[in-house]
Amino acid sequence: VATETVRPARVRRGGPVRTSEGRREEARLAWRLLIPTGIVLAVIIAYPVIRAIWLSLYSDARFGTPEFVGLDNYLRAITGTGSEVFWQAFRFTTLLTLVTMTLELVIGFGMALIMNKAFRGRGLVRASVLVPWAIPTAVSAKLWEWNFQPDGVVNQISGLDVIWTGSHWPSFWAIVIADVWKTAPFIALLVLAGLQIIPDEIYEAARVDGASAVQSFWRITLPLVKSAVIVAVLFRMLDVLRIFDLPFILTNGANQTETLSTIAYKEAIQNLHPSYGSTLSTITFAYIIVATFLVK
Amino acid sequence: MPRRLGKLWLVGAVVALVLTACGGPDEGGGGDGDAQGTGPITFVAGKDTSGKYPKVIEKWNAAHPNEKVSMIELPEAADAQRSGFVTNLQAKSDKYDVLGIDVVWTAEFAKSGWLVELDQSQFQLAQMLKPAVDTGMFESKLWAVPYDTNGGLLFYRKDILDKAGKKPPTTFDELKALCPLAQQNNIDCYAGQFFKYEGLTVNFAEAVQAAGGEIMTDNGTKVALGAPAVEGLSALAEGFKQGVIPKQAITYKEQESQRAFVSGKLLFLRNWPYVYALAAKDEPANKVRGKFGVAPLPGITGPGSSSLGGLNFAVSAYSKKQKSAIEFVKFATSQENAKEMVLLTGNAPAWTDLYNDPELVEKYAHLPILLEGLQQAKPRPVTPYYQEVTSAIQEDAYAALQGQKAPDQAVNDLTTKLNEIAQGG
Repeated sequence: VATETVRPARVRRGGPVRTSEGRREEARLAWRLLIPTGIVLAVIIAYPVIRAIWLSLYSDARFGTPEFVGLDNYLRAITGTGSEVFWQAFRFTTLLTLVTMTLELVIGFGMALIMNKAFRGRGLVRASVLVPWAIPTAVSAKLWEWNFQPDGVVNQISGLDVIWTGSHWPSFWAIVIADVWKTAPFIALLVLAGLQIIPDEIYEAARVDGASAVQSFWRITLPLVKSAVIVAVLFRMLDVLRIFDLPFILTNGANQTETLSTIAYKEAIQNLHPSYGSTLSTITFAYIIVATFLVK
Repeated sequence: MPRRLGKLWLVGAVVALVLTACGGPDEGGGGDGDAQGTGPITFVAGKDTSGKYPKVIEKWNAAHPNEKVSMIELPEAADAQRSGFVTNLQAKSDKYDVLGIDVVWTAEFAKSGWLVELDQSQFQLAQMLKPAVDTGMFESKLWAVPYDTNGGLLFYRKDILDKAGKKPPTTFDELKALCPLAQQNNIDCYAGQFFKYEGLTVNFAEAVQAAGGEIMTDNGTKVALGAPAVEGLSALAEGFKQGVIPKQAITYKEQESQRAFVSGKLLFLRNWPYVYALAAKDEPANKVRGKFGVAPLPGITGPGSSSLGGLNFAVSAYSKKQKSAIEFVKFATSQENAKEMVLLTGNAPAWTDLYNDPELVEKYAHLPILLEGLQQAKPRPVTPYYQEVTSAIQEDAYAALQGQKAPDQAVNDLTTKLNEIAQGG
């Protein structure tokens, strides 16, 4: 961030040629101007991260003094007594991320293509597609909790007799459906932004050259919208890997639907194990960073 | 050079933060409380959904102009309330004076040194229900005084039982024997709260107690469970297998199970007394108005025994005005104020006499039956590690009800886990 902000200072704006002293002066000013940002970043990002890592190296003694235990908490999560819960949450979160991202991408892309077409009532379609995204997750989770009740809307409309939150896979799909419903519009929005910067001339040229609709989709639309899609995928991946509110409200982790964030919350806040909770959130943090670099 | 200086500055800031961060965990500021202090105080409790506090506070404030109480509301959800209290108390803050705490938190808060020990002789505990008073005790000392209490009841379809000339069941076997009546009426037989949450702990504890057992004893240092636990859990698990309990009840919390009963789809329901008012209400969605009755919970091998809910009042050990705070606890939990609270909310009082108070019984006819149940009631496990204990219970009880674990296996696994937790988890 820092170097990018500094760059304008180096750009030569007309007028007299700058001496190196003048440039240094400006660089100094730039650094001084960055100080407030630096403080804010340090306080709201560096401090909590470092504090969490530091805490994770201590034991949780509810009624005594915490002791330095090195990496014991990490071993406990990965290979020790906490491993069953941790790896279940890890697998579940990963699978949830892959499945929801795929579905959201396909559905969101479809929505974006429709919204990008010029037709009567397009404004209305765009607005209504975005409604789920505008609803706070906690509210939509509560909504889906009712929908998925045994005598709820989902069973009545589909004619199924599934106890959605009563066993593992139905719970998994309930969470997937609720998440896709809410966030496919978000993908649609980002993809739509990407679609709208593709100039019509390119399509016209392709048509003149005799390209079919399918060809122009694969050869023009997809490559040109790729960067927007990658941004959307990254955003969603970051979100789903630390998903908390939806499963917390919909299933509360029952039937092996704990996610990395729900187990971290339960340890740190409910069981009052700040150190072990910090360990779990530090692992989640590291996992998300690694996953982000893999996608990029 | 200047640029490097700038960078150094940032590095310095981070290092400074790291150093502060590294002060080690749990270094709270703040100081100690003052046992003799008086003055304006705060009363902190979960969101007041029934408007029961303002009147008590107004009355107190009128009589004590120099020790006025102001209310601080915490969220309604129990988890969020607890973290509100814990955050304040871990920081040793003197901002909270009187605490309205859930009955299951007493042991944890007392063991953490967050509560002031109360003088038992200053409260008329003998006139209160013993099980309710016990929820405020830990290691034979009084830490909190009941403001209200709560126990489970068996709601039943009086119209259906009367027509068949049957009485409400007193044991689980009798209940099962009445299930054909549900079938004939095309409704489900029995439900409680079996989703994986606190309500499952309540229902599991009741099953264990109905089989004559307990979950933990000796202030949470010993795990009891054993054969009664297997028996109690088996009764519920078999209930699911045999269809006595409908399969969708695995998703039931209080609200879902109450809806099933009130919409006329259930013959028997275990729930809290609040359902009484809802089932008596005159509205189209209510299909059981005038057709239901209440009875004490059925037993399994022993008499039925409810888990206890309710709210206790305690005083923060970090309060600088403990004298005023204790006076307010006495005032708010007095019999006179309890009666007003019951009239307003229909909640169960801790004072035994109030269950036969004509004015109250006229408005809430279930009170005498509730009293019968409450006298057999037991607190949920009294342990400073309550949260971990209840999570463990939910895990294994849920698996057993789903048929993923045999009840004896589930109780075995649970015993191992609880023993670990009791050792200081």
